[in-house]
Amino acid sequence: MVFTVLVTISVLIGGAVELIPMFLVDENVPRISTVTPFTPLELTGRDIYIREGCVGCHSQMVRPFRHELERYGTYGRAGETIYERPFLWGSKRTGPDLSRVGGKYPDLWHVRHFENPRSTSPRSLMPPYAWLLTSEMDLDNLDTKLARLKSIGTPYSDAEIANAQASARQQAEAMATGIEASGGPSGLADKEVIAVIAFLQRLGQDVRAAGLTAEAQP
Amino acid sequence: MQTTSATAEATLLDPDMEVYRYDEQIVRMFVLATAIWGVVGMLVGALIALQIPFWEANLGPYLTFGRLRPLHTNAVIFAFAGNAIFAAIYYSTQRLCKARMAFDSLSKFHFWGWQAIIVSAAITLPLGITTSKEYAELEWPIDLAIAVVWVVFAVNFFATLNNRREKHMYVALWFYIATIVTIAVLHIGNSLAIPISLTKSYPIYAGVQDALVQWWYGHNAVAFFLTTPFLGLMYYFLPKAAERPVFSYRLSIVHFWSLVFLYIWAGPHHLNYTAVPEWAATLGMVFSVMLWMPSWGGMINGLFTLRGAWHKLRDSVVLKMFVIGITFYGMSTFEGPLLSVKTVNALSHYTDWTIGHVHAGAMGWNGFMTFGMIYWLMPKLWRTPLWSDRLANTHFWIGTIGMLLYVMSMYSAGVTQGLMWRAFDSAGNLLYPDFMETMIQIVPMYWVRLVGGTMYLVGAILMLYNMYRTIKTAPKELPDPAFTTPKEVTA
Repeated sequence: MVFTVLVTISVLIGGAVELIPMFLVDENVPRISTVTPFTPLELTGRDIYIREGCVGCHSQMVRPFRHELERYGTYGRAGETIYERPFLWGSKRTGPDLSRVGGKYPDLWHVRHFENPRSTSPRSLMPPYAWLLTSEMDLDNLDTKLARLKSIGTPYSDAEIANAQASARQQAEAMATGIEASGGPSGLADKEVIAVIAFLQRLGQDVRAAGLTAEAQP
Repeated sequence: MQTTSATAEATLLDPDMEVYRYDEQIVRMFVLATAIWGVVGMLVGALIALQIPFWEANLGPYLTFGRLRPLHTNAVIFAFAGNAIFAAIYYSTQRLCKARMAFDSLSKFHFWGWQAIIVSAAITLPLGITTSKEYAELEWPIDLAIAVVWVVFAVNFFATLNNRREKHMYVALWFYIATIVTIAVLHIGNSLAIPISLTKSYPIYAGVQDALVQWWYGHNAVAFFLTTPFLGLMYYFLPKAAERPVFSYRLSIVHFWSLVFLYIWAGPHHLNYTAVPEWAATLGMVFSVMLWMPSWGGMINGLFTLRGAWHKLRDSVVLKMFVIGITFYGMSTFEGPLLSVKTVNALSHYTDWTIGHVHAGAMGWNGFMTFGMIYWLMPKLWRTPLWSDRLANTHFWIGTIGMLLYVMSMYSAGVTQGLMWRAFDSAGNLLYPDFMETMIQIVPMYWVRLVGGTMYLVGAILMLYNMYRTIKTAPKELPDPAFTTPKEVTA
């Protein structure tokens, strides 16, 4: 019994020293004013990204090395991750990092790439995700998702929560119209692929808006 | 003493003697589950190893690399290694305590509960129901079930300790206690989440905090699910198989306490150079380097236990398996601190070097310790000789060569890709600006990995077949062995 208590104390010390300051000391996570919560559509896309296990091959955390800054863009800041539940930094790059991919390619490029990665990147090893173009987005739980996230600290307003589905549809409609106008397929407005693209196009935008470069302090 | 002879029967009837029987059926069940899930988990591993160089093998939406990778990791960690740990604990704890497991009903609940959790993982992960947190992908209802089954296991284990007839607690039991306590803390701490529906939840932690909690969990799942219980296994089964006492009792005390204290600190080394504050990553790195010593304390205590018994390796496939297992433990626990050092990590992180490292640990240490234990247990549990020693030897060689191919190809792939990512030309531009180039370069290594992994899988299938043939020759009735002890010795 005494032995068990001693073991418990020994294993708790290390965790406590590392974790408690992370929760209590604000300076560990410097805020960035341009970082805002995901829109309902982006959140839906993020959950599809989670479902498909994209994190198994794509990281979302650029390290502060010259070669990574050249390849991807500026390095990851603590302050840009405050609405990431869960974090999606990943541990393996079988494909490239995606944390700065927002705005890098047009929406239509992503549609083609999901349908068949080799149509945009000839030697790619990524499997196709063609079903994202045909399966419909599930927006049923969206207001619940926003409300629950609000209850644990993500600052969604009551209006945003009440209008979650409508807002997602509106953003999707606008994107789908743009894709069709640029010569892409029609009828994607209610398809999962739109949500995932909305999420990908958001990545890195807040840091860009803040004007944060590799040299600037977070 | 076993109940086979007439004198033993007489002592069983002696009114001054207390009779107790060990529950061996539960151990047989866990051993079978270990071997079956092992083959399943490795099969999924071979499939996802194929899916990377050959994208056509991704059969969407359910059987893609993204959805199957967590199935592979969960199956080999929690189903294969998990059942192996339970087999080891249920077999050795009863003997070390000279007491039957306290509650047969809880033992059975533990077994079937754990298998049900595995089946639910095998169903939900291909469906895309996942938290995406590594080695903690299962959604909250399954997390709750894991917590319940673990508590039942703990109650049964500690009640057995409480009933023990042997006052002294052998070192294996210390490692089991550390496992049970710490896994409970880690699992609950990391799985705290707010449910959205039965199949979806969001963690209560966000961003950097979520990352730090996840790797506090992830690293210590390696420590307290894949290391401490297997050290306990080693401390019980290796001296038994070698018929030699443990090399140093003092060393086991020192390395036990330093291991359980230091391991917890090492988690943030998974987050070097990320947005986690530098002090946390540095602390993780420093403790990881310190961890090298207690880890090697375990390896040294294991290998030195074989002093004077090395000649037995010629005839004993069990000891050969254990020696390879302990050697790989030593190699991975040297490599781990090395990879945690920031300058090395800068090269290795995000590459296949990490994959090579974990497979050296999982295939070499966890796999071979488990195989050794199973080959040692088979004749005892089913009371018949192993069907084929030759087949077991084939397993040993095909498994060893297979995993060497696996880890060598992944080291080579990892270092190659890491160097290509950071290469600049003389004008200061990236030498390989197209990520794809760095990927195409290592595709041959993925094929070598597939060959190595498949060999390892074939070895495991040979073991399963050997077990099947052995069980077919076993006696119909396998009564629990009975032992006697004078009454009133326990205070």
